[in-house]
Amino acid sequence: MILLGHYNYLIVVFLMMAGFYTVISRGNLVKKIIGLNIFQTSVFILYISLGNIKGGAAPIIAEGVKVYSNPLPSVLILTAIVVGVATTALALALVVRIREAYGTVEEDEIHRQDEDF
Amino acid sequence: MEQLPALLIVIPLMSAPLCAALPNNRLPWLLATTVSWAVFVMAVLLALQVLDTGTISYAMGGWQPPWGIEYRIDTLNAFVLLIVSGIGAAVTPFSGRSAGKEIPADRLSLYYCLFMLTYTGLMGITITGDIFNLFVFLEISSLSSYALISLGRDRRALTAAYQYLIMGTIGATFYIIGVGLLYAMTGTLNMADLAHLLPSVSGARTVHTALAFIVAGVGLKLALFPVHLWLPNAYTYAPSPVSAFISATATKVAVYVLVRMLFTVFGVHYSFHVMPLTPILVALSLVGIFVTSLFALSQLDAKRLLAYSSVAQIGYMIAGLSLATTLGVTAGLTHLFNHALMKGCLFLALGCVAYRIGSTRIRDMEGLAHAMPWTFSAFALGGLSLIGVPLTAGFVSKWYLILAALELGWWWLAVAVLAASLIAVAYVWKVIEAAWFRPLPEDRRDVREAPLALLVPTWALVLANLYFGIDTRWSVGMAQLAAKSLLGGGP
Repeated sequence: MILLGHYNYLIVVFLMMAGFYTVISRGNLVKKIIGLNIFQTSVFILYISLGNIKGGAAPIIAEGVKVYSNPLPSVLILTAIVVGVATTALALALVVRIREAYGTVEEDEIHRQDEDF
Repeated sequence: MEQLPALLIVIPLMSAPLCAALPNNRLPWLLATTVSWAVFVMAVLLALQVLDTGTISYAMGGWQPPWGIEYRIDTLNAFVLLIVSGIGAAVTPFSGRSAGKEIPADRLSLYYCLFMLTYTGLMGITITGDIFNLFVFLEISSLSSYALISLGRDRRALTAAYQYLIMGTIGATFYIIGVGLLYAMTGTLNMADLAHLLPSVSGARTVHTALAFIVAGVGLKLALFPVHLWLPNAYTYAPSPVSAFISATATKVAVYVLVRMLFTVFGVHYSFHVMPLTPILVALSLVGIFVTSLFALSQLDAKRLLAYSSVAQIGYMIAGLSLATTLGVTAGLTHLFNHALMKGCLFLALGCVAYRIGSTRIRDMEGLAHAMPWTFSAFALGGLSLIGVPLTAGFVSKWYLILAALELGWWWLAVAVLAASLIAVAYVWKVIEAAWFRPLPEDRRDVREAPLALLVPTWALVLANLYFGIDTRWSVGMAQLAAKSLLGGGP
């Protein structure tokens, strides 16, 4: 039951491993980036979970509000999301240029071409 | 003077969009050079201030730590800031001619924009006292350096940048997971505050996990063996000034982050006595030193050879630091400083070669020393320093590393350091032999010495290598002070 009560952390672990595995195992450069995105998203959920308090309200001063969630992790994750978007954009831009230079986005094919070169 | 810590970051940061807005002529270069020198002067002033009055704490935007972001400068930061800005001040002027040749003319202003962003990011990582702010600066410097590497002429620069991006992002994400776990346990992100709060919860498994994530993540960033695979390609295919700058600063700053985390945030006792980091890191760095030195020996491209040797040299740093004794940490930090000087100088010398013949393959360099004696003298002197010959900077740090090993009675470590230096002799000799002792081919008769604009920055670093091999008051002195304060004995 304790495990189920922490189901959000289980989701984090699952997403983290799924994303990480995708990055390592796939040879397609775009799929690798998708894996990287899933990997980063799991961390976002981890942070949001840390800040959340059961039954807590949004951290705004109002009458009758005693319990509220910690806003800081959410703010940190806003920054991390921006970083994540920038990383994805840069990675995709690189993939576009790799495709222009090699005519493919498959890792094996790129290695083969470089060896011939 | 009070605002120095903020200016050190704000000035290069503001100059980046300015560079991008300038036309593609010599103006962005002029701006970047002026800024990099100004930052170097400020870093020197800041270091003098720290040596004079002790640790400086600067509350960014007037928000008091631990709630606001604190810039905290002690001897260690000041030392690393000096290294980064010093290399920046030497490489930016070099960019003028070298990048002018290697980078498409319509991208020059963007090149300087990225260069200044990388510079800002590296300075920011070093100066900040907040572990999340550190992540942000880490990503600023990393993202801009991926883009810089992709500017290389060879198409393999693109795949190298992509590979670096994937590995670097995984490293940074690991780091950020560790930061989250630490925040969960303590509710703070300020380094000094964390150091204060962590001992009371250090038994928790969450803290163990945080340490593991942070060491693995930063290990990727600093190219610790065996997660160094992104480094050789990135250094080989990047434009020459970028290779010089990144090899001399980026991995050093990552080593600094590891030191800061292990010694200041987690504390020496926790990192090295509760958790078994000393055997793990010493073993990894020793294997790394030998394997990558042998790889260096088999390379056909001089830039790639130096890249592999960089991984080996990082091994020396980590080996020294993970001994967690005053002598060991002094050796590690001194090597950090000296390695920045020698790799900076060697990569700049190769930049001169690439400027004239457009290649850095060893076969293409045959006899070239007769046409470019100053360039190859610089390479030879930098190489001697890399090997660790007395009267060069490289000797000083290896000497301290051997002393540190013998102090613990680990004679095998001292023997290993000496044996690996012999491999360094072999791979440096490979380039020297080709350049000095082969006849110059007919079709290279018209190659001339590199222009003065490239030779002056290169030789500035060569002279620094020689100077810090003789006068060690500054380099070893500051490293020693930093080591003492890290290990909790004095300011």
